[in-house]
Order: sequence, then structure tokens, then C-alpha cells
Amino acid sequence: MTDPKLDSKVPSGPLQEKWSNYLNHAKLVNPNNKRKHTILVVGTGLAGASAAASLAELGYNVKSFCIQDSARRAHSIAAQGGINAAKNYPDDGDSVWRLFYDTIKGGDYRAREANVHRLAQISNSIIDQCVAQGVPFAREYGGLLSNRSFGGAQVSRTFYARGQTGQQLLLGAYQAMEKMIDAGKIKQYDRREMLDLVVVDGKARGIICRNLVTGKLERHVGDAVLLCTGGYGNVFYLSTNAKNSNVTAAWRCYKRGAYFANPCFTQIHPTCIPVSGDYQSKLTLMSESLRNDGRVWVPKTPGDKRSPDQIPEADRDYYLERKYPSFGNLVPRDVASRNAKEMADHDKGVGETGMAVYLDFQDAIQRLGADVISARYGNLFEMYEKITGEDPYKVPMRIYPAVHYTMGGLWVDYNLMSTVPGLFVLGEANFSDHGANRLGASALMQGLADGYFVISHTLGNYIAGESFPKIDENNEAFAAAENETRERVTRLLSIKGNKTVTQFHRELGAIMWDYVGMARNREGLQHAIDAIVKLREEFWQNLKIPGSNDTMNKNLEFACRVADFMELGELMARDALEREESCGGHFREEYQTEEGEALRNDDEFAYVAAWEYRGAGARAEMHKEELVFENVKLTQRSYK
Amino acid sequence: MADKLMRINLKVWRQESPNAQGRLVPYVVEGVNPHMSFLEMFDYLNEGLIQQGEEPVEFDHDCREGICGSCSMMVDGMAHGPQRGTAVCQLHMRHYKDGDTIVVEPWRATGFPIIKDLVVDRSAFDRIIAAGGYISVNTGNAQDANMIPVEKAKSDAGFDYAACIGCGACVAACPNASAALFTSAKIAHLAMFPQGEPEKKRRVVRMVEQMDAEGFGDCSNHGECEAACPKVISISSIALMRREYAKAMFS
Repeated sequence: MTDPKLDSKVPSGPLQEKWSNYLNHAKLVNPNNKRKHTILVVGTGLAGASAAASLAELGYNVKSFCIQDSARRAHSIAAQGGINAAKNYPDDGDSVWRLFYDTIKGGDYRAREANVHRLAQISNSIIDQCVAQGVPFAREYGGLLSNRSFGGAQVSRTFYARGQTGQQLLLGAYQAMEKMIDAGKIKQYDRREMLDLVVVDGKARGIICRNLVTGKLERHVGDAVLLCTGGYGNVFYLSTNAKNSNVTAAWRCYKRGAYFANPCFTQIHPTCIPVSGDYQSKLTLMSESLRNDGRVWVPKTPGDKRSPDQIPEADRDYYLERKYPSFGNLVPRDVASRNAKEMADHDKGVGETGMAVYLDFQDAIQRLGADVISARYGNLFEMYEKITGEDPYKVPMRIYPAVHYTMGGLWVDYNLMSTVPGLFVLGEANFSDHGANRLGASALMQGLADGYFVISHTLGNYIAGESFPKIDENNEAFAAAENETRERVTRLLSIKGNKTVTQFHRELGAIMWDYVGMARNREGLQHAIDAIVKLREEFWQNLKIPGSNDTMNKNLEFACRVADFMELGELMARDALEREESCGGHFREEYQTEEGEALRNDDEFAYVAAWEYRGAGARAEMHKEELVFENVKLTQRSYK
Repeated sequence: MADKLMRINLKVWRQESPNAQGRLVPYVVEGVNPHMSFLEMFDYLNEGLIQQGEEPVEFDHDCREGICGSCSMMVDGMAHGPQRGTAVCQLHMRHYKDGDTIVVEPWRATGFPIIKDLVVDRSAFDRIIAAGGYISVNTGNAQDANMIPVEKAKSDAGFDYAACIGCGACVAACPNASAALFTSAKIAHLAMFPQGEPEKKRRVVRMVEQMDAEGFGDCSNHGECEAACPKVISISSIALMRREYAKAMFS
């Protein structure tokens, strides 16, 4: 059933031996030959920075690109909670197998077994590497590393650096990159945005970048392109993503032949600070580690607008503890989010907008003391107070789900290579490891696994097995791609309509949130497709961009990105429409159990939906990679 | 929202390009919601400017959670504004009153040339890190993580220094435009860990040399950097850097 173009290239042998079998047989590039190859790494988050550093250390010439003014600012920096590994330091029963099993089950059985198992195997080396770099993970008084339980795990396997784990891991990888910049093996290009992929003789051989300061288009030639550009949550306008996070680089690759897999699999994170008004520019995550000690509740009676301290215990519904006694407040993200929405839908939401639930620390403060709570969550409490003006030591936090992560992304095989030879996709930008729902503290693990420990081997295998005819930036494919890019930018600037890019982006986001968000149905998705197509037409006729192309112009940058979001949004709705089941973050209202839980359909939908671009105006074509489960038994996910 | 909307009078530094003459331009922003963040107030201003056919104010921003270090505004002469331990993206308008006048300028330092309006070039910071702000351990070389115990107090102190977001507020706040706090925070972070030991001499010497080469001024203990730092990094790191530097030079 699997489409021949979607050969996952999973190595043979028992699951536990696949990766070592691969390493034993992977082709190697002679050390003297590595320096003859230039690798283009786009994006400097955990995946990109760790890949750039590792490849440069091996001897490749690396060119690295980021849209920020410094590689250190990529959005991985904002990850709060932690990173999983199967070290089993607490001796609480963890193992590589259990991490693998939890991840594949947490993903609702929509990920590839072999990839997920490799991730679990590699997880331990990541912690070793980061500690060796000086990453200041939390420690116990004995000087050894501290672990905590996180987001739906029943073992304590999460390593963390206060509420700033992403920052510390990224700085570790960034510093490793800077070391290789100093060594002359990486050339860093800041404030550059990749606007096209250049394919020569069927292989990814370069990129077109826009210099965001001068507007100048640049051509960069290489022997492989690593796309490490993160997720596309900003298609919803409001998300926890940084303002500049976008899909454009991935979308350009899609248009050059890379299949886009499972675009509808988006993660709505349950604990974010609620929307406060229509001026809102982004949403802020409150780490779900807070759910270890905070209790989620709403008033029992719909419409109860009393302030929380006026609502006695008997009138409160601790609904997660009630419905899921064994996991309680620690149910996985998709379950927690959907339940919060259900409470709001039943008029039990709290705060002025009613689009929030309480996350209450009173019991924990009484049990452990404010000092302990402060040591665990002090910086998060401060951040909450800065944004809302309320003190969570005294008043329960108000939280609500927000778009946070996208499990979907460009399709890759076991080598992390897309359907375009030579185009590798790492980290959140690919679709591979999280299925339909990502577990907490797994994103950092995957980004660094791909960048530090997978790509160094799989890229070598590719480079050693191919020939690379010498080309330079005067090659006609580069000229053609640059011209197309220039035309698109010029066209956007020349519309001179009446609506700003922010207005269009907000409208797109509202459609996506209402119809392609936490709960979806056939009618709504069809409506969304029509509405997006209409909005897109208006976008290309009525967009107003100030300024010009030859200086820094953030509105122009955003316009280029929103233009692509307008196309991606439609594909997401189409993918959600085709997937007639509920799984993980994808909840179709037509497919639920009697208790309102997600109802998977493994007989018909245990596949990866990989979409092929068929040209402007034509409908994308779906290809299937059947997911084969040889080691785990597919069960109904139950957290009761 | 029941909150009363405010009128804010802004004076904003506008400068078309690195070599153009800049100036403070007054704007009246009506209808500012007190729950807006400072940057959302700028978004709101910019949307209005675009509708009037004017060019919006360019400013760097990304995560808006106070961790990426992109945002960089001098607000009434204070780097990141009046709230201690807060990047300007986390400053909210509820700290202002209806009718207030606020002056907003870019970071000003030789080491941070202006690109446009409030946007500056901070690549000097990357070059300082490249000079030695790391532990040289190639991927795959590491031993088991728990083979390197670290005293908890030292590890915590290391974290406090490592919390630097590289925003440049320390430079902007310093009368000498010194990058001593930024540079020393990384040196101090790595000095707290045994892994950082083998390279410590080379690290401090090269990073300090690079800091000087970038045109940043010297530190004369004003302490403005610590007051402006959104992560409240202590100037004790500067003392540590000086000790390390002296030890490196005389050993």
C-alpha cells in the first residue's frame, strides 16, 4: 500500500539493532574528502545549530543561515520545561524501551517505530554531550543531575535547567557552532531568510536567500541542504511561537518536490496565558511542569462568575482528577487541552472572557511551603505576574490552550532525507517522531538527536554514495529560482491595497483556530477551505505593504510568510478532512467514544499522509506511507 | 475590557539607514489598553502608521517572552524600561498612566551600529563568544553525564550567569558602553564547572581581547549594567573575569 516514493528505508533487523546495523553499514566519507563538500544548514535552533557544529567538527564546510540577528535567538531558546532521556538515574523503572513505548503511544501510534526507537536510544548521549559542554542542568546536593516527571510520564526522566532548558541547550549548541566559526569551518549568515530551494539534476544543491537588511537576493551552492527551520504554528496567528517563526522555507521545499506529511497534526498546549484582548500579538506558554503541583479546576456550576477565593471547595470541579484518576492533572497535552475547551464550551470557563480555567497552587503551597514552590517555578510565576498583573502565589493562575508545536512537517525517511534527494529535514520541521501528539520534553530531545547524532551519519552515507558535478551560482537553476523569488517579492509590494499583513494574518488565524483547531468536523473544515481560498484571493489583491525592498522591511518579510501560510492553511484543512478518525492532537468530532475521548481508526488510517505539490491552482495529491507496527500493540490510549 | 484606554505620547528615534541623520519623532497613540505589552503598543502604533501611508517603526523582536534577547529599546533613558529584571517585551502598559510621554531610542554604542530606527547590529557579541565562550568538546566525545559531579551551589551560580540573553542592555546602560557584563557572564558561567577548567586561560584572554577589539569601552564599576540586565546578572562576574584575566596573564 505504501507509495513507492515513500520508502522509509528503515534498516532490517530487530528494532533494538536497527540503528547499530545502520551505523555498521553506512557509507563513510574519507576525512580528506569531507572538506570538499559544502553543506547548507538553514536555521540555528537546536537541530540546526547542533547539526552545523557536528558536521563542521567532522570536517565538512558548513554555511549556516538564520533569520534572527544572531544564531543564539532561534526559537528553541524559549522552550521551558525539559528534555527527556532514558538514563534511569532515579532507578524508577525507566529504560530505552519504555521511553520509546511512551513516545509512540503518546503520539497515538502515528509515528514510525524505528525512528522513535532510535530517538530513545540516542537520548542518553544527548545529556552526556550537553553536560560536557557546560549546560547547567539542575543538580542535587550530591552534585549529580536532578530529574523530574513531566507531562504524562510516570517516570522521572526529564532533565531541566530551571524553566529555561531550551535556552541552556541552545546556548550549548550555539557555542559549539561559534567554536567552529572561530575554527573557520562554519560561515554564519545572520538576518537571511531562505526563500527558495534550488534543485539541480534532481538533487537539492542550493538555496536562494533574502538579506533582510538590504533586501538583496543571494545564491548559495552546496552538496546538501539541511532544513532546520522549525514548525508552522504561526499559521494560527496566535501561538506560543516566536513572531518570526514561519513555514516559508519548508513550503518552498514543498513546492520544489518535498512531500508535506500530516500537516493537520498540530499540538495545542494546555497551559498558556489566556488571550486578553484583540491587540494580542502572541501567546505565552506556562511550562506544563506546573501541572506537577498545580491543580486544574473550574466552578461546578455554569456561569459561576464569583472570584476564585469565593468559590468553596464543594463548588469546584477538579475535572482532570475526576475524569482521569490515575494520571490526574498530568494527562498528556491533547487530553488536557480538549478538556479545557469542553469546560469553556459548557460555560464553566473563568476570567473575563470565560476562555480560561484555573491552575491552582494553594494546596501545594500549604503542603510544601511557598519557598519550595518558588524554587521550582519562581521564574514562571514572575513571568505570569508580569504579563497578567496577578500574583499566582495568591490568586490561581488562569490558563487556556494555545497552539504550540506542529508534529506535521516535511516527510523524511530514516535518513532524515525528504523526497528531494539531498534535502534533509531535521527537528520540528520534519514530521517524523511525534506522531499525532508530542509528549512534553520530547521536542528538545528530537532536535538534538537529529542534529548531534543522526545527521552526521546519514549525511555521510548520502555524500559517499553520490557524485556531485561541480556547479556554481551561475547555474541556470539558480538564476531561475532567484528570478521567481524576485517576482514574488515585487508582486507583493506592487499590490498597494488597503489591508495590512497583520490584518490578513489575524483573519487567517481566526479561521484556523475556529475550524482547524482543537476540535474539527467535516462541515467546518469544508467551510475553512472555502474561507481560506477567498481570503487568499483578497490577500493578493488588497495587501498593503509600506516601504520598499531595499532596506529592512519587516512588513515585507511577514507578507512573504503570510502568503505561504495562506496556502498551508488550506492544506492543513484538507489533510484534517481526509483523516476521518480522531488521533492525538487531531480531534474529529464525528469520531469519538461515548465518553468523548478520541476514537482512532487503525484499520483505515494507520498511515502517514504525505502531500505532493501539483502546481499552482491544482489540488495537492496525497500519498500514503503505511505505518507498520511490529513491536507495539496498538491500544486505545487511556489515562483513566 | 473594562480598563480605561490611555493616550500615550511617544517620541521615537527614526533613522532610515546606518549613515542617515536620525531624529526623535513625536507620535500620539490613542486607545492604548493597559494590558498591552510595550511592543504591542508599538504594533498598534505601526498599524496606524501603515494605514496613514507612513513607514512603520522598525524594531527587533521575536519570542516576546523575555528569553530570545531580540528586543532592545532604550525607554526614557533606561535599557528595556523602568521595570527591573524585565525585557521590554515583557513590560506592560499598565505601568504607565494616561497622558504619559515616553521617549524610545535604540541601543547606543560604537559596538552596536544602528541599522534602521530602533534596530542595531549586535554581531559583535557573537564574535566575543566565538573567541572562546565555549567548552571544546566535539560531538560524541562525552563521558556519562553523572561522571562529572558539580557542587550544587556552584552549578546554581553557573546557571545565574548562563541566564544571559545577549540582548545588549548592559552595553546600552553603561556610560562607557562596556560589554564587560556580557563577556564576564559567559566566562563566569564556564568557570563554575570543572568541564570549563582546561581552557580557562585561553578563554578569558581571547574573549577580553575580542571585546576590546569590537570597540566597547572599559568597565569603571558604575553598576548600571546589573541594574538594566533583564536577567539581573550580578557584576560579581566582572570581578571574577578580572581575577581570571590577571591569573592568566601572570601564570
